[in-house]
Amino acid sequence: MKGVRKLAWVEVKLFVREPFALVVAFAFPFFMLFVLVGVFGNEVETTDPEAMRVWRGVGPSDFYVSTYVGLVVASAGLLTLPLRLAGYREAGVLRRYRAAGLSVTVVLGAQVLVCAGMAVAGAVGIVTTSTLVYGTALPADWALTVIAAAIGVAAFSSIGLFLGAVLPTARAVQGTGLALFFAMMMLSGSGPPRGVLTDSMRRFSDLLPLTHLNLLLQDAWLGFGWATTDALITVGFLAGSAVLAVRFFRWE
Amino acid sequence: MTEGYRARDEPAVVVSGLAKSYGRVRAVDGVSFEVREGEIFGIIGENGSGKTTTVECLQGLRDRDAGDVRVLNLDPGTQRDALRHRIGCQLQESALPERLRVWEALDLFAALSPRSREWRQLVEEWGLAEKRSSAFADLSGGQRQRLFVALALVNDPEVVFLDEMTTGLDPAGRRAAWDLVREVRSRGTTIVLVTHFMDEAEELCDRIAVFKRGRIVAIDTPSALVARFAAHSTVHFSYDGDDLPWLSSCPGAASVRREGARFTVTGDGPLLAHVAAALIAHGIAPLDLRVERATLEQAFLGISELAGSSR
Repeated sequence: MKGVRKLAWVEVKLFVREPFALVVAFAFPFFMLFVLVGVFGNEVETTDPEAMRVWRGVGPSDFYVSTYVGLVVASAGLLTLPLRLAGYREAGVLRRYRAAGLSVTVVLGAQVLVCAGMAVAGAVGIVTTSTLVYGTALPADWALTVIAAAIGVAAFSSIGLFLGAVLPTARAVQGTGLALFFAMMMLSGSGPPRGVLTDSMRRFSDLLPLTHLNLLLQDAWLGFGWATTDALITVGFLAGSAVLAVRFFRWE
Repeated sequence: MTEGYRARDEPAVVVSGLAKSYGRVRAVDGVSFEVREGEIFGIIGENGSGKTTTVECLQGLRDRDAGDVRVLNLDPGTQRDALRHRIGCQLQESALPERLRVWEALDLFAALSPRSREWRQLVEEWGLAEKRSSAFADLSGGQRQRLFVALALVNDPEVVFLDEMTTGLDPAGRRAAWDLVREVRSRGTTIVLVTHFMDEAEELCDRIAVFKRGRIVAIDTPSALVARFAAHSTVHFSYDGDDLPWLSSCPGAASVRREGARFTVTGDGPLLAHVAAALIAHGIAPLDLRVERATLEQAFLGISELAGSSR
């Protein structure tokens, strides 16, 4: 475990030394925060039943705040982690690590730790901004929210490891990661609420891991309880990607 | 006998019948050799002759197709983890994260090994003290190379594999690296050195294996290889006058070449003495008369030709 910790710490330092990567990692969630709050405000719609359904009975900004956490997690898992892994493989860093006796578990474990750290930092940043600037609600159920976020981090780290393992080059990772990220940003409830999506969009949205993570987080955040089905689906993504990531991991 | 422990005088590396193909290309085709403990063992050969693939199989970085390999009495294919901490690897092609600093790399690699050397000392030895806090991306080719060698030594290995160690180093840097390698050996470390610099192999290695098309075509001490495959010596001098037809009748002289004022006599035996005597006898005393000893490079070319023509 000493190896994982040491490598993770080195990775964190490396990450902080590349401010551009840091900005990219957190740019989209913050962008969504400012746009969506600006557009929808936080008035609770009580007269229109359709609006009640779409916004789940809460103000739009409160509706969205948990989904920003989802976006931060997805961003770390889809944009940062796989790019790093594939970039390391392309440059020969993984080869060097392997010769030094690092195991697959240590290399991947360190990346997951860094991803988790990033997600926590990003989530704290965005929730603090949202709370202080717009007065949005804090989680109604902290414990469930934290558990939901932890599952989300694990799931998206695994997806990131999987992408980093199977895609041949850093360039391929970048393209694929961005495509997946934008699809999820628009269709998983972090952009237009799921309630306004067409049926076919919603069916597609059901296939995306961020949809289920967002629902899991949102239920916990708004005090609607534990979304068991969504939790199970998210864990399914976690397990599937983790197995495939380890199976297809290549050092060079 | 316990795995990983060797009897006294048992070789540090034993390879027999090693083979590895990439698709239909046989990169290594039945290679056998032994490396004795405390030896500097050289592997030379043209590009693509299977040198790197062979050492990668020894380091457990590549799975072999056939043959038996023991490094410190461990099988690098199946006992990779046990072996890893006892060997050091400087790879021909590798990199570190761009923003990783020199000291961080050494500190990280030292932490990964149960037994490690004080890395600060390695930083001094390999001339990286000034670059201690520099990022990998900001290092010159030579500095990167020295860092990789230092990283290969940070776990205080029993066997160290150096693949093209001095590529990218300037002449002074190469000499300094050679001295350090000798020092590493003097502490009892066995060294497997892959190189395409013949002077380096000749200077450092106790024994050398010459690779050609995935096979070993010669294996011996540098001097024995030279004696066997480059027996010629060459005498050079300058003379501005007429041709010297009598030179070719000097004892041992095999051929005489002239380019402008430069004469080159090749042959065997005490050629310099005979050529000098003949010149003096004809009243010629060139200032630049000198003999060129046969080198490993000539031996290598000789071996390559022989091995090539046998196919």
